[in-house]
Amino acid sequence: MKRVTLFCGHYGSGKTNIAVNYALWLRRQGKDVAIADIDVVNPYFRTKDSQQELEAAGVRVVALPFANTNVDLPALPAEVYALVQSRTQFAVFDVGGDDRGAYALGRYVPDILAENDFDMLYVANFYRPLTRTPEEALTVLREIEGACGIPCTGIINNSNLGEQTTAETVEATRAAANRLAELASLPVVMTTAEEHVGVPGAFTLRLQKKLV
Amino acid sequence: MAEKVLMKGNEAIAEAAIRAGCRHYFGYPITPQTEVAAYMAKRMPKIGGTFLQAESEISAINMVYGVAGTGKRVMTSSSSPGVSLKQEGISYIAGADLPALIVNVQRGGPGLGGIQPSQSDYFQATKGGGHGDYHLIVLTPDSVQEMADLTALAFDLADKYRMPAMLLADGTMGQMMEPVELPPESGCTVEKPWAVTGTNMARKHNIINSLYLDPEELEKTNFERFERYRYIEEHEARCERYMMDDAEYCVVAFGIAARVSKNAVSALRKQGIKVGLIRPITIWPFPKQAIAEAAEQVRAFVSVELSMGQMIEDIRLAEQCRRPVTLCNRAGGMIPTPEQIMEAVKRLEGGNA
Repeated sequence: MKRVTLFCGHYGSGKTNIAVNYALWLRRQGKDVAIADIDVVNPYFRTKDSQQELEAAGVRVVALPFANTNVDLPALPAEVYALVQSRTQFAVFDVGGDDRGAYALGRYVPDILAENDFDMLYVANFYRPLTRTPEEALTVLREIEGACGIPCTGIINNSNLGEQTTAETVEATRAAANRLAELASLPVVMTTAEEHVGVPGAFTLRLQKKLV
Repeated sequence: MAEKVLMKGNEAIAEAAIRAGCRHYFGYPITPQTEVAAYMAKRMPKIGGTFLQAESEISAINMVYGVAGTGKRVMTSSSSPGVSLKQEGISYIAGADLPALIVNVQRGGPGLGGIQPSQSDYFQATKGGGHGDYHLIVLTPDSVQEMADLTALAFDLADKYRMPAMLLADGTMGQMMEPVELPPESGCTVEKPWAVTGTNMARKHNIINSLYLDPEELEKTNFERFERYRYIEEHEARCERYMMDDAEYCVVAFGIAARVSKNAVSALRKQGIKVGLIRPITIWPFPKQAIAEAAEQVRAFVSVELSMGQMIEDIRLAEQCRRPVTLCNRAGGMIPTPEQIMEAVKRLEGGNA
């Protein structure tokens, strides 16, 4: 695994949940890990929602102190630079959705490319209305790459229908994920699902807060 | 069965509007409804529609006024402070008897307030909001599925009754993601002989206007409009009754408050307390009849609201003070817990409501 892992994707594709679960997984492998919330687009559903759990597990959380308040400004913590320029600590980045969210990543890209020890993983959910097909998902992937100036290195199939997800729901998207991989010339590096869904070989997710 | 997609409430509104034949959207970004505009910005150019981010909410609502005059399905969306800015335009649209959809994904107020969910624009939505004697048809979804379904219904009702309709949601409804079965493609089914579409020199020209120089004529339009409102109150009030058959206590709640209330009602039933829920789906027209009938049956009502108590006034008017009505509320962006609602019902059971 690479020192820097960036999770990007279409708005609402599941980036934050995967980033949080991946950071916890890295920690369980005994790594020194930090997670940075650089989503300046959506003031809800933040890494910070899992701050207590992450910190209890020994994951350093880099997020603005006033995230999740009514002064949730679209600004980035200065501390993110320390993560980018560290050569020792594993860093997980939760990037904002779509190209609009990925613009904020641009300022860190020169350092990330110079170190060249990163994975830029594109999270896809083929049940989201604007990424129903591999072609649509590829368009969003290219828009993100264009916005931040960093190439994707892999695809994560996080296709789900929320609480109505079954193993069949996920299985039905395998062909689309493979087709996207073919179109983008990238590997599908993981399929993700909640544990109870029971997808063999999947990276299992525990979800953040649930709304009513 | 149609295939399901996983959508945010805001996206469901936008996609449902497109499927209902809306090709004209005018708005200005504000949290927590921005995804409606963002979705329209992506989709409208691909289907030959108009997405336009106006320079302000006031501009956007007046652009809606303009398109509404041509008889095309048109909408705008905003959140509480932005909807306040639109009120003058909404009053003009009502005064010109035009159909249009206004979406309010409410946040905490008053003033700039906050970005967390709220229901404190109930008065504004149901009692006017802008100046003059008028109403909006106001629909209140309680799931992402209803965000889609009620958007389609709102367009139909607006066309049918030639008046603006409002979808009154809240930040939770806008942001939450649920599987949705999208409504089928539809469109306007009523004739619009009043629309400004070009005369081709074949008919007298139509005029879209809300100004009347003759007060007697203005009075006449008001009386005629209120005849229509009376008909709508009799025929279009909608609500869901949940576990009301043998209920001794009635919780009244809409939107996100109804979702929490359902959990509370189910939990109370397990404890042997006979409680039910009336969930208004339209808050104008308010389901007066359902509340009046419940007043014959139950001992007391609890109004659960994300406000300082606004719908409670309509409940009291509808049940005509026959039963005690208490308030169970949070405000400023906070949401009541099922436990808080259960406590409120249990206090009624104590007899001193």
